[in-house]
Amino acid sequence: MSADRREWPLYEVFVRGKRGLNHVHVGSLHAADDAMAVRHARDVYTRRNEGVSIWVVRADAITASSPDEKDPMFAPSGDKVYRHPTFYDIPDNVPHM
Amino acid sequence: MTTTPVEPEALEAAFEATIARHDRIEPRDWMPDAYRRTLVRQMAQHAHSEIIGMQPEGAWIGRAPSLRRKAILLAKVQDEAGHGLYLYSACETLGVSRAELTELLLTGRQKYSSIFNYPTLSYADVGTIGWLVDGAAICNQVPLCRTSYGPYGRAMIRICKEESFHQRQGYELLMTMMRGTDAQREMVQESVNRFWWPSLMMFGPPDADSPNSARSMAWGVKRNSNDELRQKFVDMTVPQAEALGVTLPDPELRWNEERGHHDFGEPDWEELAAVIRGDGPCNAQRMAHRRAAHEDGAWVREAASAFAERAGAR
Amino acid sequence: MNDEYAGDSSQWAFGTGFEDPLAGVDTTVPQGVDPAELAAYCLMLGDDALIMSQRLSEWCSRAPDLEEDIALANMALDLLGQARLLLARAAAADPGVVPALPEGSPVPAEDALAFFRDAEQFRNVRLAEVENGDFAHVVVRLLLFSVARLALLERLRTSPDQVLAAVAAKGVKEITYHRDWAGRWFLTLAQGTEESRRRLETALEALWPYQAELLAPHTGFGVDPATLRGEVDVVLDQVFAVSGVERPGDAPPSDAGREPIGGTGRELPGGTGRDGAHTAALAPLLAEMQVVARAHPSGRW
Repeated sequence: MSADRREWPLYEVFVRGKRGLNHVHVGSLHAADDAMAVRHARDVYTRRNEGVSIWVVRADAITASSPDEKDPMFAPSGDKVYRHPTFYDIPDNVPHM
Repeated sequence: MTTTPVEPEALEAAFEATIARHDRIEPRDWMPDAYRRTLVRQMAQHAHSEIIGMQPEGAWIGRAPSLRRKAILLAKVQDEAGHGLYLYSACETLGVSRAELTELLLTGRQKYSSIFNYPTLSYADVGTIGWLVDGAAICNQVPLCRTSYGPYGRAMIRICKEESFHQRQGYELLMTMMRGTDAQREMVQESVNRFWWPSLMMFGPPDADSPNSARSMAWGVKRNSNDELRQKFVDMTVPQAEALGVTLPDPELRWNEERGHHDFGEPDWEELAAVIRGDGPCNAQRMAHRRAAHEDGAWVREAASAFAERAGAR
Repeated sequence: MNDEYAGDSSQWAFGTGFEDPLAGVDTTVPQGVDPAELAAYCLMLGDDALIMSQRLSEWCSRAPDLEEDIALANMALDLLGQARLLLARAAAADPGVVPALPEGSPVPAEDALAFFRDAEQFRNVRLAEVENGDFAHVVVRLLLFSVARLALLERLRTSPDQVLAAVAAKGVKEITYHRDWAGRWFLTLAQGTEESRRRLETALEALWPYQAELLAPHTGFGVDPATLRGEVDVVLDQVFAVSGVERPGDAPPSDAGREPIGGTGRELPGGTGRDGAHTAALAPLLAEMQVVARAHPSGRW
């Protein structure tokens, strides 16, 4: 599949809605670098609410352990959070639902 | 990496058990290929619809007749970009990148909702889209908050919260216009006439002609049938139309005491098929707009990548 | 109706509170301030924000990526919010600035000002109105605009007019973000690829002649933008230095509105946007922006 070869990497976003709470995973986004990822996170997930604390981390930097999730593709003790890109191909001409 | 061999039967049984107890499937779980394909297709089509759906309303941001309406509309269209982004993210948990999905949209191999191939001809369309189109979308989407795939359900919860505002702002615009001048009331009725049937088509073909529905329902990827949702939408909308003071353009529309539902006419399925085929009034225009934005932005995305690479190397 | 629909708006970025922007605010003009001068000053800043917002919103659904689409819309919304407050302030200070509408028209003052004035009645800088170009163009325009506007709003936070002071305090937070966005993209494009640098330099060359107008002297009420020149130059020079871009020379705009054009670009004999002398781009912008409102002068929206 000939996609953009230089797609910006995927970042995971964690937001602390107010003091006293943990940072919680709210979603992901694309950015060229860490600084841009923080700005995008403010725009996309908090729409720049004041006083919200944001963490961003590249998705490929996260090591995951989830023994309950069963798949021989993943080691049970530690691997990436998501499936790897191009893990499978979408067939052409997928019908309209 | 070390993998523990697991028998295919055991994997499938674990998957089925999760579905059976209405629990969520998460990205690292094993899942049947067909389940993953269905999910990617459905989430991607929904994401594409949000992005293409920015255009018909976006065309009126510059012409909004009050600054308050301009702010509401701009924020609403911006929300749609956000919704597209959440859904592309959900697809990415299955290993399909946003760039790949964009490519599939731009080459016409994945579709978006047929409703966005209709033109917006007056400012009343902003209200009608909010009321009818977003209303129909909400009927489709609320059940998906309980869909079996975790990331999809979480994206839908976020989206549904925002959509309910979208529908309300549309209805409120129409209510305000109905209290305005005669010309404004005519605009509203004319707009409702154009959008009523395409809105009913948003639920897809009749159940008898919807080949993938049964399996999607068994998997909890879909929660209600097309016809069920369409009926629910009609029942919900009729009293809203009365309160608004507009008529819905269907001579067969009437309350059926026996069924406890409204009877209504048959949408023109030929028209739906034509629009899906690419022969709707605005298909070419919508795709050209999206393609131009994507291509015009290529040098920017490349520049940012090059800059980040250089900064990382230092 | 609106109360019923207010509901829980916390999930929605900007809430649903789009009512009268000055509702509940004391709009009495402070002693010693000339209401007409206050209104003129607010119109100038309000028009800048309105026309910039209009141009920024044209980017909606056209940005290089979804994330930037959302960022541009956020900035357009910020400026639109500022415009509403400033136009409403101008109207409250001096109702004489509001165009007359048909008897009984429900159109609020902020909308009468936005939709029922002609080009020569607008007081925005021409930098805000020139047609959009590529992404480098919007980055440069926002950089030049927000560096000057931020410097001005920072000073206006202590304005004797409490309403203007409050608008400025809110605006400072917003424009700080806009300046940061534009500055970072300026650096990124300058040091990204050959193409991005070429496009950035082209945009800078095209827009720089309009920069001086942001700092044109203004007499009467309010902070005189001309007093901000030093401060603005320091910030811009910093951005240029970090990006490795040469500061352009001062020359008058090539499409500088009315005849005749000459001088340094800082005092054009033909007048500037501040005097209602605009480029050819403003009239079509207004024609689009005002078309629906003008077709329904007694309409309710």
